[in-house]
Order: sequence, then structure tokens, then C-alpha cells
Amino acid sequence: MQFLVETVLNSAMASASTALVVVGLALIFGVMRIENFAHGELYMVGAYATWLFGTSFGAGYWVGFAAAILVTAVLGAAIEILLLRRLRNNPMGALIVTIGVLLILQTGAAWFFGINSNLLVDAPVSGVLSLGGFNMPWHRIVVIAAAVLILTALTVILRTTKFGWALRAVAQDKDAANLQGISIGRISMSAMALSAALAGAAGSLMAPIVRISPFMGQPVIITAFIVIILGGIGSMEGAIVAAVIYSTFFTFVSVYFDTTIANVAGLCLMLAVLIVKPSGLMGKAQKV
Amino acid sequence: MTTTLAIAACAVPFVAGDYYTSFATEIAITVLMLSSYRIVVLTGEWSFAHVVLQGAGAYTAAIMVKDHGASFPISLVAGSIVAAAIAAVLSMPLLKMRGFYFLMGTFAAAEAIRLLWRKFTYFGGTRGFSGISAPYFDFGGVQIDFGRSANYYFLTLAVVAACLVLLWRLERSRLGKVWKTIEQQDVLAQSVGIDTRRYRRIAFVIAAAFAGIAGVLLAYAFGSVTPNRFSLNFALYLMIWAIVGGTRTFFGVIVGGIVLMAFDESLRFAEQLRPGVYGVILILVMLFWPQGLERLIGWTGLYGRGVSKAAPVSSEGGA
Repeated sequence: MQFLVETVLNSAMASASTALVVVGLALIFGVMRIENFAHGELYMVGAYATWLFGTSFGAGYWVGFAAAILVTAVLGAAIEILLLRRLRNNPMGALIVTIGVLLILQTGAAWFFGINSNLLVDAPVSGVLSLGGFNMPWHRIVVIAAAVLILTALTVILRTTKFGWALRAVAQDKDAANLQGISIGRISMSAMALSAALAGAAGSLMAPIVRISPFMGQPVIITAFIVIILGGIGSMEGAIVAAVIYSTFFTFVSVYFDTTIANVAGLCLMLAVLIVKPSGLMGKAQKV
Repeated sequence: MTTTLAIAACAVPFVAGDYYTSFATEIAITVLMLSSYRIVVLTGEWSFAHVVLQGAGAYTAAIMVKDHGASFPISLVAGSIVAAAIAAVLSMPLLKMRGFYFLMGTFAAAEAIRLLWRKFTYFGGTRGFSGISAPYFDFGGVQIDFGRSANYYFLTLAVVAACLVLLWRLERSRLGKVWKTIEQQDVLAQSVGIDTRRYRRIAFVIAAAFAGIAGVLLAYAFGSVTPNRFSLNFALYLMIWAIVGGTRTFFGVIVGGIVLMAFDESLRFAEQLRPGVYGVILILVMLFWPQGLERLIGWTGLYGRGVSKAAPVSSEGGA
């Protein structure tokens, strides 16, 4: 029973962190029609920034968390201004450029921190919550709570503020939004910063739990693309629902069978969705 | 140019040591990979599955040699057929997709196949196969041991050259012209009665057959096959080489492949920095020369007879 509770908790935590990652990816696709392959590396940068500012400089976890969000947001904005802006009319070119960014960030992290680094980040709330005979590590609960909080805040921003309206307008119809006086460049930059910050936040939250390495972004981006396709490309609600379904599925399969089978099943799931219902769970109908 | 290239290629084992002869073998295999990948690119798609289809050829050769003691020509044909057959099955669902969806679909299918190789002991698990014995020919008294790197290099060169001639003929044929039409004017091609999906499937399967041959050559060259040799990273590098080298002309992709392999080798002293260097190059090429090196140096004018304007990467590929 303890095992089952633990697995459920782990699924919930995986869902929370995956949801943060994929919502950013869906956001950027919605606004810019770009699949960002470097998104997993922004997650990796978030984890490293948390270690650097929080642990190495000794400022504590939450300072590291804030630094991670700041660093990734700036990085995201820079990627948009310097690279993606020039390729606005060439989606395949932009996709390839993000692969270039992926390679550069990976190499940069390996160069500065080493490949086999053993960096440890202390969880902000240590210890274990004992509830009715079940033990639950506090940090897993912190991750879930933080993810729910961040996603709620994001929804509020997108639905109530002027910036959120502008962003959704651009996602709906770029030309019409431009005619209304919305600056596509500014919205794209902010969307990219926001999306990167979400990935950074996820990386930062997971930093105390996972092994930090320059290549930690790769499985994350693969999972993220599977989830995005399950949920329907560009749909943020679909992405969150798919994140919960897929992460739970993946955690249970890897616990009760093994990780390779879970990976193969996940990839086959994605293929099946692409073949049968390419618009995903909640996406609009798309020409594939 | 072709003659110079051929003479230079034949001279390699006489002027270079064993190490560089083996390296030249690898270049020849990579050139075949790039030239066959170019067929898929010709139809306007980027695929992540090509390297795993090469792996299918390599695994077939390994199993044929280890379990059945097959000779080189037989495993060569078998590897090619198996790769093409797998591609034919995959092509049914995959070629309904385009752009990003096609990229992700090919990735999912390829990665699932590769994980199955890792999973099942029939395919040697995570360690794959090793000790694949080199081909040995005995033509009534004349014996050639292809275990020597120079001999194997010439064998590879002969096979690759034959494949390149075939690919060249294919591109000049009606089939090749249809592929180019599809890449440039998909809708127009459909409207004049060309079944574009069928032609893209044909391209995918033919490319896989040549990738399978490249895989067999690779299996013999290394004497071993491991699942990690066909991972996403290698698919990514193949794509990067095709983009940076340029895929528009037949010779562009060959020369681009040789130049980039040499460049890759020269980066060996900075193994750790290599991916980052590629990242920078990729970004610079996409921003400033989206048609690749061949355009930069002007090969298009020299060898681009009858080739058209639209660059594959700048065509509409996104969702």
C-alpha cells in the first residue's frame, strides 16, 4: 500500500513538472507556430541556475528558484530577438535553429559544469510528511503545489490582463492582431520569455530530485513532444490534461514493468495519435 | 571534378596509414547515407528515421553473419531488402504526415525500433553484436582478405560508387523529375494527376534500401553493431550535414559530406565542444546561407543543371 501511495505521488509530481514544461511549449507554438527543440535545454538551464545561485552561492533554494526563472526568461527573450525573429516566415528554418540552440546550451553546460558533475541541490522543505501511516517526502508535495500555483497564475494572466488578451489574440490570428495595433515582435518576445521561464521553473523544482546533467533535457523534450501531440498541438488545456494522463501512465508502466517498455509504449501512443487523430485530445483540426 | 574525386579516392590507401584509410571508409559510407537521405529531402521532407533504417541493414548483416554464416554479397542484398521492407511498412502511416508531424512520426517509429533492439537479446541487447568477421573472397586461387583496411576500403568504395551511379540515374529519370516537382509545387503536381503521396513513399523506400546498404558496409567496417550508433544524435548529425552541406545538387551533397567529415575529424581534439560548434554553424547557416555550403561556394552554378530555385529548408514545411 505504501508502494502504491508512493507511485501515485510520484505520478502526480511527474504530471506537475511535465505540465509546466509542455504548457510553455504549447504557448510558444500557439503564438509563433514554432516547435522549440531547445525547450528541454531551458529546463536544464533552470536546474543549473538553481544550483549555482541557491547552493553554490549559498543564497538558499528560493533565491535559486527566482534566479532560474530570471535566467531562463532572459535566455528565451534573447533567442527570440536574435534568432527566431529573423526566421518568422520560415517555420522549418526556425525549428532547425532551435536544434542549434539545443546543441550550444548542452555543450555550454558540459563545458562549465562538467559532464559527470554530481551537483546536489537541497530541497527547501526537507523531511517526510507522515499522514495516516503513509510517508510522503515534503519536496514532492512542494513541486505539485508550486506547479498548480504557477499554472493558475498563468491562466489568470492570460484571461484577465491586457497582455494576456494580446497574446491570445496573436495566437488566434496574427494579421488581425497586428491590425489592432498589437506589436507581434513584443508579444513574441514576451511569450518566448514566459515559455522559457516555465521550463526553467520546472527544472528548478525538479533540481533537488533528479540528477543534474547537461543532457537531462533530452528525455524531457521527448516526453514533452509526445504529450504535446497527445494533447493537440497548440492547445494549453489539452497539454495539461495530456501531461497528467501520460505521466501517470509512464510512471505506472515503468514501476510495474520497466522504463524501456514505458518508452516504447509512449512512442507508440504518439504514433497512434498521429495516425488516428492528429488533432490530439483537444486541438483544433489540423492539416497533417 | 568527378575524375579528380575518383583519383583522390583511389589514392587514399597508398598515401595514408591504416587509421586514415578506415576513416576514408567511414566517409564513403557517410556519403552514401547523405546521398540517399537527399532523395527523401528531394520530396520536401526531413526524416529522423534514416539512421535507424541504416541500423536495420547493419543488424541484418550482423545476424546473417553471426547466425547463418552468410557471405558478404548475400548480407548486402539482405540488409538492403530488410531496410526497404521496414521503410515500406512504416511509410504507410508516416507519409500521411507532413512537416513537423512527419519529423515526429519518423522519430517515434525509429526510436521505438531502436529501443526494441536494446530490449531483446535476439538483437544483442544494449551491447549489440561484435566480432562480425570481415568478408573473405576466394576466386579460384585469387584470395582477397577484406580484413585489411585498404582492401575493405576498396570494396566499400566500389559498392558506394555503384550506388551513387544508380542514384544519379534515378535522379535523371522520370521518377527523379517527379520528386523535384513535388518538392517545389506539391499542389500543382496533384492537380495534374500525380499521386504525390505514392511518389513520396517510393522515395522513402528507395532511400531506405540504400541506407540499408550503408548499414551493411558499416557493420563490416566496425566489425560490430550497437544500438547507440543509431541514436537520435546520429539522426540529428545526418540532418545537420545535409543542411550545412546543402542538398540541392547531386555533387553538392557528396562534396559537402567529405568536407564536413574532414571538419568533424579535425574537431576530434575538442570532442566536448563538437556539438556546440555544430550548433553555431547550424544557426549561422540557417540565418545567412539557408541553401548550405554548396550555394556559398557556388557549386550550384557548376553542377546544378536543371535544378530550381526553392531551397528545401526554406520551403513551407511547418505544420
